[in-house]
Amino acid sequence: MPVISLSGRPVSDPVAFIRPEALSAPLPEAAAVALDLDATVDVAALSPYLSRVALIRVAFPGFADGRGFSLARRLRAMGYRGRIRAHGPLIPDQRAALEGCGFDEVELAAVVLDRQGGAAAWSARPARSPFDRRRQRPASSRATAA
Amino acid sequence: MYRYDAFDADYLSARNAEFRTQVARRIDGRLTEDEFKPLRLQNGLYLQLHAYMLRVAIPYGTLSADQMRVLAEVADRWDKGYGHFTTRQNIQFNWVRLADTPDILDRLAEAGLHAIQTSGNCIRNVTADHFAGAAADEIEDPRPLAELIRQWSTAHPEFLFLPRKFKIAVSGTPADRAVTMAHDIGLRALRGPGREVGYAVILGGGMGRTPMLGKVVRDFVPKADLLAYLEAILAVYNLHGRRDNKYKARIKILVHETGLEALKAEIEAEFARRKRLFDGPEVVPAEDELTRIAAYFAPPALTDRPEVSAIEARARAADPAFALWAEVNTHPHRTPGHAIVTVSLKVPGEAPGDATSAQMRALADLADRYSLGELRISHLQNVILPHVARDDLPALHAALVRHGLATANAGLITDIIACPGLDYCALATARSIPVAQDIARRFAEPQKARAIGAFEIKISGCINACGHHHVGHVGILGLEKAGVESYQITLGGDPGPAAAVGERAGPGLAAEEVGPAMERLVAAYLAHRAGPAERFVDTYRRVGAEPFRHAIYHGKAA
Repeated sequence: MPVISLSGRPVSDPVAFIRPEALSAPLPEAAAVALDLDATVDVAALSPYLSRVALIRVAFPGFADGRGFSLARRLRAMGYRGRIRAHGPLIPDQRAALEGCGFDEVELAAVVLDRQGGAAAWSARPARSPFDRRRQRPASSRATAA
Repeated sequence: MYRYDAFDADYLSARNAEFRTQVARRIDGRLTEDEFKPLRLQNGLYLQLHAYMLRVAIPYGTLSADQMRVLAEVADRWDKGYGHFTTRQNIQFNWVRLADTPDILDRLAEAGLHAIQTSGNCIRNVTADHFAGAAADEIEDPRPLAELIRQWSTAHPEFLFLPRKFKIAVSGTPADRAVTMAHDIGLRALRGPGREVGYAVILGGGMGRTPMLGKVVRDFVPKADLLAYLEAILAVYNLHGRRDNKYKARIKILVHETGLEALKAEIEAEFARRKRLFDGPEVVPAEDELTRIAAYFAPPALTDRPEVSAIEARARAADPAFALWAEVNTHPHRTPGHAIVTVSLKVPGEAPGDATSAQMRALADLADRYSLGELRISHLQNVILPHVARDDLPALHAALVRHGLATANAGLITDIIACPGLDYCALATARSIPVAQDIARRFAEPQKARAIGAFEIKISGCINACGHHHVGHVGILGLEKAGVESYQITLGGDPGPAAAVGERAGPGLAAEEVGPAMERLVAAYLAHRAGPAERFVDTYRRVGAEPFRHAIYHGKAA
């Protein structure tokens, strides 16, 4: 499925995604892990492993199911600095929300992306909102700001 | 009052441009109807029975005379010459066209008005005490905090796709005129151990199908911590609120199903994490932002005047209608010689809460002349002029009389709260406005209403309870049975500090039975009350339901 970058960090697809249950098994030494999460996951339990994870993919069962936004925010608050990918039928109007919560990229079905108008539909830079007002600089995937 | 600066104005401008393209993308199919729906709802556009309805926000119920004039202009240019003020301090225009909405939003933005997040599964308009900044009984003016919450919640990236709508109310006084017990989050000002002001956090109140009173989840949160605490609550709700059933998706259900203590533990754990975010070096501290905002809400420079106005006293002696209005429709002001004036939008026989564009312009002019250019909209669907010198009351009253705005019934039995009901709303099961009109006509004689005293009737046209009938002293719920409207009566509800959900009196009544039943109910109240100062709801609590059930259901015409 196509992946659109939001933060500008290079998109690369991992060899394989693993599920959280597989984390407790021994991991190959130098492997950068790619994690696949449902919207129901308890991210606190992932804390010991986050430094080994390069990419976390968070499922959005529907674009109106907003749990993924809180999951990403929690991951950033826990100090996770790798890439976070939203996976599901999201719409370009959600770009500001995705970036604001620390997502780097979004993966969606080619047929959905086509209907939306292609990658160009995702290129608009959102305006700063009153929520951003209290920030000295915009939230980024490297920051842990509120 | 808060004034939008360049940052705010730029945001409105950008957001409206975005909405304009969203409408275009809906039309050409790049957005499906399902995708467009939350986008239009979060810009205030709600589909009703006959037309789109635009719900314009009046943040914490405060607006300027100039803003009121712009609302009048919108009513004239794009609607049918009137607007409806709601139980959440918003205004609704019932007849707008989708294609006109981007232009309407642009015109509103010029006056610092918008319809952002007045609908949809997001944080809605933060409501507050309509006497804020004027009443003598305040611990503090809650509006700077309400404005801080508004800014924080506007386009908050994490909370735009919640399980369901989320409503916050703020009260600055123990007298609680903001119905904090019946909101998803209610905040009540109080003083902490060192006399500093903080807020009690009340969680999980709500009306609707399953009315519940909120529970105190934290006795005291210092102001500096409030946004972090709200984020903690919202994050827990966003992650754990039900998404499988629209009618079980509010936070009150989560509280009920999880248990308050278990949920509180989750919230407190999340709060500890969020606090670190809010205390970070990149973030302007909440206290600094509150100080910046509070400067806009500095108490107005009113000159002290004598407590008793000789001009008012003479007018009361000369004009009984003015005397009644001054007694019923004014509330004590913190500054001697001043009053908070309620302009009732409940003319008996008219649709409750409606104002014509001419009336809106008249109110704007009167606000400029007598109230420092400021107005409030109360959740009781009335307009407030918050800072009126008592010397000006007779002249103000005379002007209100000329515009049909002098009904002397604030808080009385004819000050009926009613949702739009089946005449407008696709969700309704029954009409509410005709019932309100009938009841009001029966008690319209001003001295009769005055003699009955404080009496809160609230009418909802379906179980979604937008008329707040659960917290009416008398609540009326319009349902439909076998194709016929059937009205259930509830008794003993209370929206204030002694909050209570009303109890069902018995089987539903036909539409034409409601008015006569109300007359029998009032007769029973007058017969049982300890004295004129005992409100109906207090008599009900003292003597019980039986005399009133009997009055409603017996003595009906055969």
